[in-house]
Amino acid sequence: MTVLQESAGDTDSATGEVLLEARGVSKVFPGVRALNDVDFTVRGGEVHALVGENGAGKSTLMKIFAGLYQPDGGEVLLRGEHITLPNPLSAHHAGISVIHQEFFLMNHLTVAQNIFIGREPKLPGGILNDDHALNRQASELLARLGVDIDPKVQVGRLTVAQQQMVEIAKALSFNSSILIMDEPTAALTDTEVATLFRIIDNFVTPTSAVVYISHRMEEIKKISTQVTVLRDGELVGTRPADTLTIHDIIQLMVGRKIASDIRPEPRAATEPVLKVEGLNTAALLKNVSFTLEKGEILGFAGLMGAGRTETARALIGADPRTSGTVLVNGMPVNISNPGDAVRKGIGYLSEDRKRYGLILRQDVASNTVLASIPDFTRYGLLQDGDMRKAAEKWVKALSTKTPGVRQQVRNLSGGNQQKVVLAKWLQRDCDILIFDEPTRGIDVGAKQEIYNLLDKLTKEEGKSIIMISSEMEEVLRMSDRIVVMCDGRITGVLDNAEATQEKIMALATQFNPTESRNEA
Amino acid sequence: MSVNTNPAEAATHAGPRFAIPERYKVFLQQGMVLLVVALLAVFFTIMRPNFASWSNISSLLLASVVTGVQALGLSFVIATGGIDLTPGLGMAATSVIGALLISHDGLGLPIWVGLLGCLAAGALLGLINGSLIAYIKMQPMIATLAMMMVCWGTALVLANGRTVSLRSVEGYENIAIGQVIPGVPNGVVILILLAIAAGVVMNKTAVGRYALAIGSNKEATRISGVNTPRWEVLAYVICGVFTGISGILMSSRLSAAQPTLGQGYEMYAIAAAVIGGTSLRGGRASIFGAVIGAVTIQTIFNGLTVMGVQDQWQKVVLGVVVLVAVFVDIMRRGGKEE
Repeated sequence: MTVLQESAGDTDSATGEVLLEARGVSKVFPGVRALNDVDFTVRGGEVHALVGENGAGKSTLMKIFAGLYQPDGGEVLLRGEHITLPNPLSAHHAGISVIHQEFFLMNHLTVAQNIFIGREPKLPGGILNDDHALNRQASELLARLGVDIDPKVQVGRLTVAQQQMVEIAKALSFNSSILIMDEPTAALTDTEVATLFRIIDNFVTPTSAVVYISHRMEEIKKISTQVTVLRDGELVGTRPADTLTIHDIIQLMVGRKIASDIRPEPRAATEPVLKVEGLNTAALLKNVSFTLEKGEILGFAGLMGAGRTETARALIGADPRTSGTVLVNGMPVNISNPGDAVRKGIGYLSEDRKRYGLILRQDVASNTVLASIPDFTRYGLLQDGDMRKAAEKWVKALSTKTPGVRQQVRNLSGGNQQKVVLAKWLQRDCDILIFDEPTRGIDVGAKQEIYNLLDKLTKEEGKSIIMISSEMEEVLRMSDRIVVMCDGRITGVLDNAEATQEKIMALATQFNPTESRNEA
Repeated sequence: MSVNTNPAEAATHAGPRFAIPERYKVFLQQGMVLLVVALLAVFFTIMRPNFASWSNISSLLLASVVTGVQALGLSFVIATGGIDLTPGLGMAATSVIGALLISHDGLGLPIWVGLLGCLAAGALLGLINGSLIAYIKMQPMIATLAMMMVCWGTALVLANGRTVSLRSVEGYENIAIGQVIPGVPNGVVILILLAIAAGVVMNKTAVGRYALAIGSNKEATRISGVNTPRWEVLAYVICGVFTGISGILMSSRLSAAQPTLGQGYEMYAIAAAVIGGTSLRGGRASIFGAVIGAVTIQTIFNGLTVMGVQDQWQKVVLGVVVLVAVFVDIMRRGGKEE
């Protein structure tokens, strides 16, 4: 990765003025203690990483600083003085800006209009907007960030990274001294990450600081000066970043010896159930070819935007493709829409369950049978009893935690929602399952359960699985073979035995097309 | 289990505090609407005892039939998250088509041909609406607004701008105002039978299931392998057929097909569905609610007429009632318009 190595050194100063402080902060939600007596101090000049597993309390703490949540105990201090933040506007006035994972931008307005929304400079008279001044001020802000974005362009036309820059520019326009960023690099490419780090570097002065929430250890090591670890809503500790290795941080996060080196048992090759040849799409994919064997878990690794999800969607006919053939059990099949894929026994479990997987406002039973409605129709009438029984069977088989099959799925936790989507495809008797980020947004305990489930599906039920994952450990732990993608191409296929994180990362960053293309 | 920071999810781990199952909540709203209708009836009866006479009530119910039938069909479209503005003037067009087939000035064919003609015209209207929306991806509001004008013009052209009289067609008026059950107009019986049929189709067949699924999350439904455009079209076809039925009932009630009658009826039908608890955002529909919504509207019109309130003011009252219904619905969901 090409990231400014020296940036960490420049901003290293644990003795700056205390800007923002949480003292003994607690937050309780019905049934859950999200934060318990947490101390957290941000000093001027810091890039302060806030880390922890899903549900550790990072977002809750961030939302308290953003004025979105009120603490149930403890207090927040700004430059040593008690402060209440009843709403996001008060946080703005206090000089705290939060860059959320989802941006709050209006796509049809221009960059400059977005930055100064509600605070537009006026022409003399104070009624009409002064567009000229608006664009000039936006230009100045963007120049300060050192980014080349036209303030007159519509935000919807920008890349995700550019939109993030606009959010940062907006924060700057409030003269914020504290910038809190939640997983800012999740959707960025390497070069964009480098730009972001340069901007963070520019932003941090002895009187300002950045709080950086991330799961990405390498980045935390590179950019941060202080690291605070939360676990299950409690403070584990705050340490200078240079005293910690990545391994140390992970240990603090999980609080137990991590079994980092679990690998699947080696398996003998079996006959292919799915063969994809020369898959191309207009937007991204270039000549994607691979083979999935019966009973295999085929991992798809790569950076964000490498084309893994796009491959899955083109394969099942959810998005159009320009060319490519698909063979199921050796027979060429024509898949032009998801209905065709389902009929060939291919089920796709999206990374975005709520958008592509579930009907949130319907119950577990309806979601379970959604792909199999014709099987439950007799004389044109749906058989409610049969549907309920089928759903109950899968709830039991997958140990889905739900009060009953009449429960609306939006009330289930992420892991259990995932099981409902899985039940839908198992009910439809799909033999090829494509899991896109199967454990995203799922807590650690449920993750293990999903892993066991994947193993059981392949080893006992004879299903074949494509598993797209951005978590390197997950890929290495689960996959029999690993397909690595970069920039819409497959850059390599590794047997698990030969695969290492370094090899995968090398292939995942192989941006220049090579002559010898590996095929599975 | 680690700590869950999402309050919405966290709340469910604590267990429901208030235990009305989600699927029964919709009855709550309908119960309330029924209560409102009853209170209105009591109020009108106290003001004008004539209101409670059987002849008034039966004419009130008969007047609810057209809106009720249109609201039934519309429920399927609204379930998919769409909207259809053609029921009003579609009724005009289909009734003119049916009337021209059977009237003595027209082709003079047997009544059943006229009925089939109405239904076929309605189905065709729905097929066009649905295809424009599901396949050509037009916005439902725009596509059906245009088709509404097409219907209007078609009705006027076919009828040559005049009312097509059906007085000479023997027995035709019996479809709506005859009484197989003494004291109850056939139209009311037909509405009840259609409501039962619509309820079965909505709740017990694949069409209803897919319509609701599409309205809740079209992409997830498509990824599940459902041919979503086809089912969406079918929802509009069902709506069109109900429009055709409303054309039959209206022309039978009047013994005439009026090419100009129907304007604004789509608004009553939409209002009936909304009062009955159907969400215009899709994914939720109530057949029973559509019928009592239609009855509510006619109770208001009829009661206010009996009290001598002007027609113009009745519309204002109806508008307020729709707003209250939506407001109650939002309150019921805890202030969240999802």
